[in-house]
Amino acid sequence: MRFSGLRILKEGLTGNKGWGAHWRDPEPKSHYDAIIIGGGGHGLSTAYYLAKNHGLNNIAVLEKGYIGGGNVGRNTTIVRANYFLNGNSEFYSHSLKLWEGLEEDLNYNVMHSQRGLINLFHSDGQRDAFVRRGNAMVNQGDDAILLDREGVRKHLPYLDFDNARFPIYGGLLHPRGGTARHDAVAWGFARGADMRGVDIIQNCEVKGIDIKNGAVTGVQTTRGAIKAKKIGMTVAGRSGQVAAMAGMRLPVESHVLQAFVTEGLKPVIDHVISFGMGHFYISQSDKGGLVFGGDLDFYASYASRGNLPMKEHVMEAGMTLMPMIGEAKVLRSWGGIMDMTPDGSPIIDKSPVEGLYINAGWCYGGFKAVPGSGSVFSHLIATDQHHSEATGFRLDRFRTGVGIIDEEGTGSQHNLH
Amino acid sequence: MRLKCPLCGERDRREFYYFGDAVVLARPDPDAGISAWDDYLHNRDNPAGVTRDLWQHEAGCAAWIVVTRDTVSHEVLDTALASDLKRAMS
Amino acid sequence: MRIENKGLIDRTQPVNFTFDGHHYQGFAGDTVASALLANDQRLMGRSFKYHRPRGVLTAGSEEPNALVTIKRGQNVEPNVRATVQEIYDGLEVRSQNAWPTLGFDALAVNDLAAPFFSAGFYYKTFMRPRAFWERVYEPLIRRAAGLGGLSGTSNDVEYEKAFAFCDVLIIGAGPTGLMAALEAGRAGADVILADEDAQAGGRLLGETYEIDGRTGQDWAAAVIAELSSMNNVRIMSRTTVTGVYDQGTFGALERVTAHTTPRADAPRACFWRIVAKCSILAAGALERPIAFQNNDRPGIMTAGAVRAYLNRWGVTAGRDIVVFGNNDDAHRTALDLSAAGVHVAALVDSRPDVQVSGDFPVYAGAQICGASGRQGLESVTIRTQSGTERIASECLAMSGGWNPSVHMTCHMNGRPEWREDIASFVPRAGMIPGMVTAGACNGTFSTHGALLEGRKAAEKILVALGKKAIQSDLPEAEDAPIHISPLWAVGGTGRAWLDFQNDVTVKDVKQAAKENFRSVEHMKRYTTQGMATDQGKNSNVNALAILADVTGRGIPETGTTTFRPPYTPVSIAAMGAGAEGKGFAPERLVTSHESTVAQGAPMIEAGMWCRPSYFPKEGETNWRQSCDREVNMVRSSVGICDVSTLGKIDIQGPDVAAFLDFVYINTFSTLKPGRVRYGLMLREDGTVMDDGTTARLSDTHYVMTTTTAAAGAVMRHLEYVHQCLRPELDVSMISVTEQWAQFAVAGPKSRELLNELLDAPIDNDSFPFMGCGDVAIGGVNARLFRISFSGEHAYEIAVPARYGAALFNALNEHAAALGGGPYGMEALNVLRIEKGFITHAEIHGRVTAFDIGMGRMISAKKDCIGQTMAAREGLVGPNREQLIGLKPIGAVKQLTGGAHLFEPESEPTRQNSIGYVTSVGFSPTEVSFLGMGFLMNGRARHGETIKLIDHMRGIETLCEICDPVFHDPEGGKPRG
Repeated sequence: MRFSGLRILKEGLTGNKGWGAHWRDPEPKSHYDAIIIGGGGHGLSTAYYLAKNHGLNNIAVLEKGYIGGGNVGRNTTIVRANYFLNGNSEFYSHSLKLWEGLEEDLNYNVMHSQRGLINLFHSDGQRDAFVRRGNAMVNQGDDAILLDREGVRKHLPYLDFDNARFPIYGGLLHPRGGTARHDAVAWGFARGADMRGVDIIQNCEVKGIDIKNGAVTGVQTTRGAIKAKKIGMTVAGRSGQVAAMAGMRLPVESHVLQAFVTEGLKPVIDHVISFGMGHFYISQSDKGGLVFGGDLDFYASYASRGNLPMKEHVMEAGMTLMPMIGEAKVLRSWGGIMDMTPDGSPIIDKSPVEGLYINAGWCYGGFKAVPGSGSVFSHLIATDQHHSEATGFRLDRFRTGVGIIDEEGTGSQHNLH
Repeated sequence: MRLKCPLCGERDRREFYYFGDAVVLARPDPDAGISAWDDYLHNRDNPAGVTRDLWQHEAGCAAWIVVTRDTVSHEVLDTALASDLKRAMS
Repeated sequence: MRIENKGLIDRTQPVNFTFDGHHYQGFAGDTVASALLANDQRLMGRSFKYHRPRGVLTAGSEEPNALVTIKRGQNVEPNVRATVQEIYDGLEVRSQNAWPTLGFDALAVNDLAAPFFSAGFYYKTFMRPRAFWERVYEPLIRRAAGLGGLSGTSNDVEYEKAFAFCDVLIIGAGPTGLMAALEAGRAGADVILADEDAQAGGRLLGETYEIDGRTGQDWAAAVIAELSSMNNVRIMSRTTVTGVYDQGTFGALERVTAHTTPRADAPRACFWRIVAKCSILAAGALERPIAFQNNDRPGIMTAGAVRAYLNRWGVTAGRDIVVFGNNDDAHRTALDLSAAGVHVAALVDSRPDVQVSGDFPVYAGAQICGASGRQGLESVTIRTQSGTERIASECLAMSGGWNPSVHMTCHMNGRPEWREDIASFVPRAGMIPGMVTAGACNGTFSTHGALLEGRKAAEKILVALGKKAIQSDLPEAEDAPIHISPLWAVGGTGRAWLDFQNDVTVKDVKQAAKENFRSVEHMKRYTTQGMATDQGKNSNVNALAILADVTGRGIPETGTTTFRPPYTPVSIAAMGAGAEGKGFAPERLVTSHESTVAQGAPMIEAGMWCRPSYFPKEGETNWRQSCDREVNMVRSSVGICDVSTLGKIDIQGPDVAAFLDFVYINTFSTLKPGRVRYGLMLREDGTVMDDGTTARLSDTHYVMTTTTAAAGAVMRHLEYVHQCLRPELDVSMISVTEQWAQFAVAGPKSRELLNELLDAPIDNDSFPFMGCGDVAIGGVNARLFRISFSGEHAYEIAVPARYGAALFNALNEHAAALGGGPYGMEALNVLRIEKGFITHAEIHGRVTAFDIGMGRMISAKKDCIGQTMAAREGLVGPNREQLIGLKPIGAVKQLTGGAHLFEPESEPTRQNSIGYVTSVGFSPTEVSFLGMGFLMNGRARHGETIKLIDHMRGIETLCEICDPVFHDPEGGKPRG
C-alpha cells in the first residue's frame, strides 16, 4: 500500500479500516541467501539496500526483540555530515545524501528536518579547529558556514552571551544538519525491505554462528537453525557477544550514553546546538520536547541506564549555555549501549571468517549513519568489495596504524571518543 | 554509583576516573610482536557480566584501583589496589 | 463546589489567586485544582492533539489534564500540575495550549478532523513536495504541538543541590511509610522519610476510615509528631524521590518554596542526592480510569480523586455524582459522598454480584457507556442488561482498580510481574538491591496490610543494619479484602480515551496492532500512548491490556514498557543548579591576576586558567599593535610572562630516573643534577601525549613541566604508569602547579634584570643554557631555570605561590626600567611560532614524534610508553603529514589557522587536500605572517610552493613551505 495524503483522506472517510501491516511477521525459512543479525537501523537499512540495490530478496533480518528497539530508537536523532577526516568525511556525506531522498525512496515520512546544526566554539584555538573542519566539509562538497559571535547571536539569541563560563566566540553552522524521527527510520526501512521480500523475523535471537572450514554456514537461533552463506552482523551494543560466537575479539568496549527529553513545550529552539565545552547538544522535537544529551557515563556497561553524575553534568552544561531552558522539566532519561572503538570510528569490513561481515563500532554516531551504513554494508556483502565511500572503516587499521580515523584525537582509550 | 577505594572507603563515582579493561596491567614486552600489542591495546572481551576494570581515585588519594564489577547489573563485587595486583603478577 | 464541614483546609485563611486573569479565592491547604473546583471551574486544560476540553482527572502528581502555567514574565513556569501546586496569595495561574481562550480554542477544530489524524498518520503523509517539510508542515505541527511555553529568557529563580546520607530511605509517608519510619526510628536507625505531598499521610488524608479509633489524619499527625522528636529521623515533605541509581543512590526533588510567594532567602527547589544503605518503597498506588465513549469530559475523575477532593479539600466537581467501578474500593466514594450529604445519582458497578447499601441507586452488572457535555459533564449513559439509561450528572467518579506504584523498583531494568487476583503489576523481590517494597505499591491495599507490611519492612531493614527491632504495636485499621473484576474498556462506538493528554484512544491501540505495531514498545511509539507528561501512569496498564486482548496474548506476555526516571518531571534548573553563568566550571586564577587585570589586559581561557591576551598601552588601538610591541620588546630587551599555569609535577625517589626514562621517549637518567632537558612523552598508541621541560634538582628529585592543557592528564598518566605498570619503582609524585608561581623572564636583558633582584648574581657559568638551581630573591628561596620558549636568552623563576604577586610586580618594575615589560599569550604565541615551537595546536592527539620531526628522539636503548606502537607502518613514512613552517608568497599576505593545503594547480577537494594550518601569527621580526602546519611528506618539500585555501574565511594564497624554525635557526641566542 502506498502512503499519501490522499490515502489518509480516503481511509479517514471510511473509518481507517483499510490500513494493513507495515511489515509481515513471517516464520523463518530454513535457508536464506544472506542473513542480517540485528533488526536495528543498520540491519534494516542493510537489508533494504541489499534488496533494492543488489537484487537480493531471499534474505532475513533476525532480531532478538522487537525491531528498532536498540540505539535507533533511543538516540537524540541528530543527522549531520560534519566530519573532517578522510574515511569519515566521504561516508557521512554519502549518508546525508541518502537521507535527503529517504522519504521519497521509502514512501515513509521519517521527518528528516534540515533545520541547521550549530557547533559553538569558545576560544581562538577552537575556532581554528572548527575552521579546519568546515573547510574539510566544503572540500567534500558539503556545507559549512563560519559564524562569529554576532552571527551566532542572530540564530540563537537566547544563549548566555554575557556571563557564560566559556564565552561564545562563534559557531560553525551546518545548514543541512538536522534531525529525524528516529523510530520512523527503523519502521520505514523495515517496511521498504519487507515490500521487497525481506523476511523480518522478530523475537529470534541468534545463539550461535555455524562455521565450517573457515566459512559461515548459518546460525543457530531461538527459533531454530537457519542456513546462509553470507551473514552480516549489525548488533550495536552486542557486537562483542556476537563476534565471540565466531571466535573473534573486537576492538570494542561497550559504554552507556544517556539521553533526555523534557515535557512538551511551545517552539523555542529551532536548531540543533552543540556545545563542546560542556559536552551538550540539544534540539526540540516536533512534539515540543527538548531532546538533549551529553557524554558517556564513562564506564563499561550493558545496563542501558546511567547514573546521576552525568545527568547532572549535562543539565549543568545546559544551564551555563542557555539558562532559559531551566524551567523545562525533564520527563524521561534513558541509556543506550555504545560500541566504542579505539579511534571513535566504525568498522565495516569482512571478518577473518569467510562470509561473515562486520558492521560495528559506531560509538555514539550511528543514527545519522543508518542509510549510509546500509548502503555500503550491503555493497560489501553483495560484492565482497568495499563501497567507494567506505574504504576507511577497515578492521586492521588499529594493527597497522594506517588510516586511523581519530576525530577526537584521544587515542586508543575506547571511552574517550 | 559508588565505589570502594581500598584506601579511602566507599566514595561517590564522581571522585573516580575510569580507564578501561584491567588487561592493560599485562603490558607486553617491547618485542612481543605487533599482534600481541594490537590485542593488548585495542581488542577487548567486553563481557556482558563480570569484568575487571581500572579506575583511579583521582579526586581522592590518587590510587589506581581494579574494580571487579558486573556490567549488566552494575554490582561492584570487589576492589583492589592495582599496584598490589601488578606486583603479584610479576 | 465547596462542601460544608468537610476537608482539612483552613477556612480561616482565605487565599487569593487568579486563573486566566479572573480572581478566585481558596483556602490555605488548597491546591490550584481543589480551589478551582471549589469555584465550579471544571475546565482546566486542553489536550495535546485534538485540543479537547479537559478537567482534572486525579488529585496527585500523576495528573495528565490539569496542567497550567504559573507566574509571568521571565519567571513563568509551564506545565505545572494544578493538582500539586498549592495556592498562595497573588499566585497567577494561566491555562495553556489553548488559543484564544481556554473556553474557545481555535485548534479544537482538530477534533473534527480526527478521522484523518489516526495513529501514526504523520508517517504516511507530508512527504511532498520535499522542501515543504521544513518550510510548511513542520512549523505548523510544531506550533500546534507542545504544552506550555518557556519565557525564552533566563530567570532569577534560585535552585540548589545537596547530598544526604542515611541508613534507610523511606519513600512515601502514607500508612506504610509512617509505620516503617516509626519502627526504624524507634530502633535508632538513621532514617529519611520522604513524601511528595505537603502533608504526611498519603491516602489517609483523603479517606474517612479510622486508625486506632482516630481519624487517619490524626493518627498520621501523631506519628509525624513522634518522628519529629527523634534526632535520627529526617522528614522531607514536598520531596519526590525521582530515581533509583547504583549502590543505593537516589535522586529526590524537594520543592522548598514552590508553595509560597517567591522568597529571597530560600531556593525554589533543591535536588538531593540521597545515599542510603537500605530503602523502603512505600509509594502507594494510582487508580486506573476506565475507557468509554467521551470518558475525558471535564468532571470525570478517578473515584479516589473524587473522594480525596471531598475528604481533604471539602469540594466536589459538581452535583449529582455518579460512581462507576469494577471493584469494592469505588463504593467508598459513593458512601463518603453520601455521608457528606452530597447527592449520589448512581453507583454503577460492572460486576453483577455487588453487595453495597447506601442512600443511592445501585446498578450492578452495568457500565457507563457514554458521557456528554463538551466543556463539562452534563449526563452519563448507563448500559444495563435491559438497555441504556441517561442520568444527569456533573461529576463521574470512575475506578478501574489500582496500579501499585512499582516505577522505582524498575529503574534498574527490572520488570514487574502480573498478579491476576488483584489485576495489577507488582514488584518482584530483589529488583533493587537493598530495597524492600511494602503496602499498596506491593499490591497490599488494606490499611491494616499497609501498616503490617510497613513494620515488617522496617524489621527486615533493621536486621540488615544489625539493629534490634522494637516490634511496635500495630494500630487497629480496616482490612478490607480486594474484590475486582478487570474492566479496561467499555465496548461501543465513539472514541474512548486511554492517554488523555496525548489523545490516544482504544481504537488507536487496535489500529496500531493491525498495522503490526504489536510489541508494546511499538504500540507506544506508534500511537504515543504513555509518552505524555504522566508517562502512562494513568493509562499504560489499560492500553497494554487492550493490546493483549487484540493480539490474543495475555497481559504478562505482552509486558510493560520500560519505567524510566524521573518518577515525576524535574526541571533542568534543579538538576543543573549552580551551573548558570560562571558556575559551570572553576576559574583558575594566577597570582599575577589582579595586577594583570589592573593593567587592562583582556583575559582569555587556557585550560580553565585565566591568562592575559596582551597588555595594552596608551595609544594602541588594536591587539596587533600591542602584540607586535610585546614581541619586539622580548626580542630587544626583556619581557615578563606568568607561566604558572604550566603543570608542575614534583617527582622524587631512588628510581625516579628509571621512571622518567620509561615515561619519556628520550633519556632522563643521563641528565645531570642542575640541568634541564626537553622531553616528549607518547601515549601507549604511539601518538604524542605532551611535551615540556624537566629539571633534575638532585639525583633523586626531578620537577617535570607539562603543558597547561594536559597537566591533569599527565599527572594521571604518571600515576598510572607507576602504579599499574611499574609499581616496583620507588618513586612518589605530586602536582605542585598551584604551589609555585613561575614567571618567564625573556630577552637579551633577562639576566641583567634578574641580577638586579637576586640576592646573589648569576652568570653564564653558574646558570648556563638549560641549567637550573636554587636562588634567593629578597631572602625568599626560589628556583631558577634557564629555559626559553621564545628563543631568546631567557629564564623561568619560580617562587612559592604566596610571593607570586609581589615578584610579578617587582619583575615588571625592573623590566620597565630596561625598556621591557609584561607580555601576554598573543605575543607568546608569535614568539614560539617564530621559533617553530609546538603547542597542543600541533600535538592535537593525532600526530606522532615522527610527524613533528622528533622520531629520532625515541631512544632505542630502552623501552618507553608508546615506543612499540609508534613504529607501526602507518605512523611513520612519507604518507604522514609532517610539521612544516609556512610563509605567504602570493598576492594575499595572510595565513589563517584551519586552512587546508593543496598543490598550486589542484582543485580544493577532499582528495586533493594534503595538509592544513595549525598556528599562525604575524611576526614583526620577519615582517610577515608565519604559520605552522602539517603537510604530507612536508619535510622533504622545504622551499616548494603550496596553495592555502580557507573556504570559511574566503582566503586563498600561495605559501612557501619552510623549516618551522624561522628565527635564529642556529639557536645561538638562548645560549648567549
